[in-house]
Amino acid sequence: MSLPYSEKVIEYFKNPKNVGEIENADAVATEGSPACGDMVKLFLKVDPDTRVIEDIKFKSYGCASNIATASIITELAKKKSIEEAKKINWKQASDALGGLPPVKVHCAVLAVDALKTAIENYEHKRGIVTKKEPTTVKMIRKRLARVINPLTGLDVLKVNFVKEISLNDGKVDILVDLNSDHQFAGNIKEEIKERIEPLWDIDRVEVLFLDQAVKAEKP
Amino acid sequence: MGNRNVYLDNNAATRVDERVVRYMDRFHESDFAVASSQFSHTPGIKAKDAVEQSRETVAKSLGAGTDEIVFTSGGTESNNLALLGIARGAGETKRNRIVISAIEHFSVLHSADRLAREGYEVKKSPVDGEGFVDTEALSRLVNDRTLLVSVMHANHEVGTLQDLAAISAIAHRNGAYFHTDASYSFLQIPIDVKKTGIDLLTADANMVHGPKGTGALYIRKNVPLSKIFEGGYQEYNIRPGTENVPGIAGFGKAVEIWDAEDVRRTALLRDDLKDRLVRGIEGTLINGPQDMKKRIPNNINVSFNYIEGESVVLHLDMRGIAVITGSACFSRALQASHVLLAMGFTHERAHGSIRFSPSKYTVPEDIVYTYENVQDVVARLRELSPVGKK
Repeated sequence: MSLPYSEKVIEYFKNPKNVGEIENADAVATEGSPACGDMVKLFLKVDPDTRVIEDIKFKSYGCASNIATASIITELAKKKSIEEAKKINWKQASDALGGLPPVKVHCAVLAVDALKTAIENYEHKRGIVTKKEPTTVKMIRKRLARVINPLTGLDVLKVNFVKEISLNDGKVDILVDLNSDHQFAGNIKEEIKERIEPLWDIDRVEVLFLDQAVKAEKP
Repeated sequence: MGNRNVYLDNNAATRVDERVVRYMDRFHESDFAVASSQFSHTPGIKAKDAVEQSRETVAKSLGAGTDEIVFTSGGTESNNLALLGIARGAGETKRNRIVISAIEHFSVLHSADRLAREGYEVKKSPVDGEGFVDTEALSRLVNDRTLLVSVMHANHEVGTLQDLAAISAIAHRNGAYFHTDASYSFLQIPIDVKKTGIDLLTADANMVHGPKGTGALYIRKNVPLSKIFEGGYQEYNIRPGTENVPGIAGFGKAVEIWDAEDVRRTALLRDDLKDRLVRGIEGTLINGPQDMKKRIPNNINVSFNYIEGESVVLHLDMRGIAVITGSACFSRALQASHVLLAMGFTHERAHGSIRFSPSKYTVPEDIVYTYENVQDVVARLRELSPVGKK
């Protein structure tokens, strides 16, 4: 049988390593969306003194190469310092898997992005970012541009899905064009919080849904 | 669970019946001459007789006249011939509108695109959440400048069966011709082209346990259809090229031996699989008609929440089960199924869709084996998935 995938990809697809979530993770990052057909979520546990990634776990929605690359990324990053882990690129992930079909390279890119974002989130959270720029609404929008609305496959800033962003003294309120009982409401809320909360000068992020906002307005 | 090979992709290709294969052999090995006119040599006449016998069988199965059946290389060519052929054959006419549905097979969609590039006005009728053409919307799109309405009888992904008589009435009320791509319903659901009011109908041999590369187009008498490529005078001067005698003979044989009892049995297996999936796997959503009688007997399409289809397909393949998905990852074009999107589903639902299509060769043990493996694979992938409630 000639599958388009290497034996290694198939092996990781069948028996992925480091699957799951880390409770009280030091950093979390999600890239992609079910709407695009690919999504990876990474959880990091980092030693605060050595800055070594002590534990890393993943969850994945997607095809075989998505699952395999996310799994291999966790293996490549485990026990590495965050500085070393930052340098892992998609080519290394692909090589470690014995190569990926060209149309599936984006899966490796996605997993690498998730690792980079998770490390970035960790640095913000620990206040070890090199340049401590104060967060602006513009910066928040830039981060939100990577949250995909699973209903449309577009980022949440497109078609005014994010209706309002307010930033006040480390507190962020984001109003989205969705009711709180929607199938994806929980996921979107979680992802938005995950993108904004780690910023070094942000204390609290609230995601408000249409129905809640309307209720709040009523006396 | 043991190990089996279970082929559930019969809406894509079917196993050719042994009797068909044996019958076709003759036209490869001994009666291999070009089908020729009655004034030719004996081998040529023998081949011609086989072709004509098939034509009669296929015509009879549709309630058509023998001179209304043209053999082609399959469903795709028949659909091209129907759309492009009527546009070429209509000549100068004020009718420059083509109306199709949004869920047609690529061979109709892309033929319509070609006509749009050539100056035709192409309108696509929407479908509802079960894949049924909205006949009210359709009747608003069809006007007295419409040349052709083309709506498939059964959809290849979700199996939805359209009300052909109603759609034909809309077309004819406006003086337009009516074509239906019946590739996926031919013989599964009996069709009488005269009673239903069909002007052009596509059938494909490989959907009915006949050979690949063989199909037919029913062309009602007096429909002005022109050939779309040039060559000799074969097939009533509508489809040039040496006839595919083994294929055509095999097509006729497949139709001749078709047994309605197999259809009934296949539908029961399909119903059984559907019931098991819906009852046994939480978050299984049926794509297409909920009422199984409103879809072809050999199709069920479902989406499993929170997981992606290519992974399901690959896991099942490694366990010997052949199915397909409407996920973008799976498609050559890397695009999610246009059928499911036209039905109003999210990309996520399309990415998670799996089509199961049994045939007369499917046995009850296959269904049990498939269900047990699907249940296991879905559970594993959900465990891995970052989406959804745990």
